[in-house]
Amino acid sequence: MTEPLIKIEDLSLGFTAKDGRQAPILRGLSLELAPGETLGIVGESGSGKSTVALAMMGYLKPGLSVFRGRAVFDGNDMFALPEKQRARLRGSSIALIPQNAGQALTPTLKIGQQIGEALRLHTALTAGERGIKVLELLNRVRLPSPEDIAKRYPHELSGGQQQRAAVAMALAGNAKALLLDEPTTGLDVTTQAHILEFLRSLAKELGVAMIYVSHDLGVIARAADRVAVMYAGMLVEEGPTAEVLRAPNHPYTRGLLASIPRLGEPGIPASMPGMPPAVGSELTACAFIDRCPQARTACRDGVPQLERRGGVRVRCPFAGEPAPEHVTALREPQVQEARALELRDVAISYHKPGLMERWLKKPEPAPTVDRAGFILKKGETLGLVGESGSGKSTILRAIAGLAGTRKGSVTLGDGESLNAPVAGRGRETLRKVQMIFQNADASLNPRQSIGEILMAPLKLYFGLKGAEAQARAEALLEAVRLPARYMPRFPGQLSGGEKQRVGVARAFAANPEVTLCDEVTSALDVSVQAAALALLTRLQKENGSSYIFVSHDLAVVRAVSDRVAVLYQGRICETGPAEQVYAPPYHPYTQTLMGAVLEPDPDTAPILLANDMSEKAPPATGCPFQRRCAKRIGSICDTVVPPAQELQSGHVIHCHIQMSGTEAEKIGVAPELLPAE
Amino acid sequence: MRKLIATIASKPSGALGLGLTLFHLVLAVLAPWIAPFDPTVQNADAILLPPNATHWMGTDTLGRDVFSRVVHGGRLAIAVTFSAAVVATLWGGFAGIFFGTVGGRVDEYSMRIADAFLSMPWLLFLLLIISIGGAGPLTIIPTLGFFYGVAVLRVVRGAAMQISARDFVTAAKARGEALWPILTREMFPNLSDILLVEGAMRWSWMLLAFSSLSFLGFGATPPTPDWGLMVAQERGLLSTAPWGVFWPCVALSSLIIGINLLADAVGKALGLDRATAAAV
Repeated sequence: MTEPLIKIEDLSLGFTAKDGRQAPILRGLSLELAPGETLGIVGESGSGKSTVALAMMGYLKPGLSVFRGRAVFDGNDMFALPEKQRARLRGSSIALIPQNAGQALTPTLKIGQQIGEALRLHTALTAGERGIKVLELLNRVRLPSPEDIAKRYPHELSGGQQQRAAVAMALAGNAKALLLDEPTTGLDVTTQAHILEFLRSLAKELGVAMIYVSHDLGVIARAADRVAVMYAGMLVEEGPTAEVLRAPNHPYTRGLLASIPRLGEPGIPASMPGMPPAVGSELTACAFIDRCPQARTACRDGVPQLERRGGVRVRCPFAGEPAPEHVTALREPQVQEARALELRDVAISYHKPGLMERWLKKPEPAPTVDRAGFILKKGETLGLVGESGSGKSTILRAIAGLAGTRKGSVTLGDGESLNAPVAGRGRETLRKVQMIFQNADASLNPRQSIGEILMAPLKLYFGLKGAEAQARAEALLEAVRLPARYMPRFPGQLSGGEKQRVGVARAFAANPEVTLCDEVTSALDVSVQAAALALLTRLQKENGSSYIFVSHDLAVVRAVSDRVAVLYQGRICETGPAEQVYAPPYHPYTQTLMGAVLEPDPDTAPILLANDMSEKAPPATGCPFQRRCAKRIGSICDTVVPPAQELQSGHVIHCHIQMSGTEAEKIGVAPELLPAE
Repeated sequence: MRKLIATIASKPSGALGLGLTLFHLVLAVLAPWIAPFDPTVQNADAILLPPNATHWMGTDTLGRDVFSRVVHGGRLAIAVTFSAAVVATLWGGFAGIFFGTVGGRVDEYSMRIADAFLSMPWLLFLLLIISIGGAGPLTIIPTLGFFYGVAVLRVVRGAAMQISARDFVTAAKARGEALWPILTREMFPNLSDILLVEGAMRWSWMLLAFSSLSFLGFGATPPTPDWGLMVAQERGLLSTAPWGVFWPCVALSSLIIGINLLADAVGKALGLDRATAAAV
């Protein structure tokens, strides 16, 4: 066996309190990485995955210190080296590509200058040679027209391009290992798939070792040869990715895999109850014991050792036992006939013409959202899915009265109009529409107690005060499965999942008719996400609520929705019952999205259809997807708004391509639409 | 509160700031008991004495005990500027939160007016108002309070804009809450820290401003013992009897430094970055 490039030996590090007590973040971690190998480090927030990755570079976050163990990179004991040498290795031999590449690039320097600077630091090239090398590197990361890109500033590049530029910079020092911290988090699914494919081929081409740190098993499944699953600062399972994902051994890995919603399986995935032990706490038993379905008294006798089972290392003595089946709970549809909400031909625009534009009578740009129309029935969940900029949140904001509509009508089931913004709505109208926000952290006032937060809508809508409001707030907490003793606590004292529960409880305090869920689970860990989805489903069953569920995650939308609308650039491309939208025939955009989804399954590969580009504004005429569509049929796509083709009951595809029912499998083109010879 | 003070005092600069500020406050309150002489009584037999056993800091041109005058010299300045700082923080803070929350045209136009005030040579303007309204605290407090309030307004409004963009404010707006509960329940609790630090910073600047006024003859009136006034009266003798100028300067500077360090420490203890808090 070749000498490993990175070797971490029994590494423990963490905080040391004033009284000398040690609070470990990593607990005796050992890990090896061969040259050219790709390793995925996966874990939930607080598992220590980023800390391991940084330790490989000999870097510790401020306040941390190494308790014992070593981190060896390419024969250098990183923590024993003087800081100067460590800094030289960093960036040249081992380079970090941080989570948000866009922010990691200096905004005031052109891309070419930044890469040139990295070359000046890490190589002995002359200025002229550097110029050539910059273009070579930009070419290597497959950025179109490198000369042009080199002259641009970071903000002039799209998210995917920024990520590539950051990779080019990391490659400037001829790195032997690249460290990617959540490399695709925050990118659109299609961009994510493109970036990962690119990184994979780059790793092969250059023989660079890559370490991916991610919470997303789908990313790891696609990108890494080996995977290390972290829990509470320890490895719980480590081995070849395909083996681990096909037959997970540790109960935590199993639970994690089971909690991920899949495209092919409708229903709410099983959630893992409980929480990991607090960071830095002392462990006397298996760290996973409180959440483990297979826990027994023997698990209390100290922390289990990492044992080898075939090619895999597992930290559970009972890993060989057959695993209990994780059940995916199928949603029972609660849809009633009555309507809860209807949108008809709605257009929303943020554009405010300036004085000059009005004088010059400049034509208005195409509105952000146009021709949006759908019906939400009582007890139904409508999923709105699309990439960033697809207008899905804008539609929610318009329904909530936070954005004005230009055209069309929004009405509640009883015919009450929602066209007016918040200021023009009566209190009772306001009560009927409630919103749950993406980021529970930002949507709860840090200076208000949970009780105050929940009592605000009770006072506003029902005039409840004092003991009555208190009792109702406690009942709401109970409904979201939080204990009443949380009332005097502040949001900062709650975990991410608990905060989101408070957000849900606040929305339900108003007893709304329509609940708008804006990416409500995207900031949560997967195991918590599954619980949040189950909570929303249960509340729907109990209260007959109607949801509009916005998400960029197709699998999550599939899990909770009765009907789905796919949006691109503020225009609906496809809409229909979830099972029909997620099956052929597809709108070309739906197909692109579906193809780009990364599932935690080693046997699937993404299918990249459309090219990776971000569009700033919708095209003025024709089909919104015209510029990226892989199945463009001709100039008609640019000029004529695609017709709505109704296939089966309620399944509508907006496309010029003929999608006849019988030819559903192979997408045919209507003869009259074929370009003339 | 106790925890806050403990955090402040845990760092040398915070402890120094707290110590200096408290020292001056105690001195000002207990001045009549501490000073060995009446600060206004003149003594023709003891004119311009250098520091000695009886007169620790010497005597001034009128034979008054400099130490007693220095001890008394902060009373009026501290009382006036503290009141003015409260006025500035209250009005500037409220207006800042209001405009930062409301936004839009109202905010836009009001800020241009605020900018106009900020660009005025305020000292000259102050002198104008005082020469019309007289040099009493009742003129100086509102005037100083108003002018410094504009600066507070700008800072708080900037911070309020960031807060009002957060989702919990959006949630309150979407819920249909009226403006007043949004200002008081959602916005203010998240800005009280900045207000506290801002108020302290403005207070220290106002001390300097008030002393300047006194120096120019528009603040404290003789024979009131006041640091600024003392410097003005004794400045001609800087080379022969420097103690008459030196000690009031030491007193004023140490108080201003103390308040600055304290404000800094409070800001850090509350997790505020002074760069963001005081960036006008």
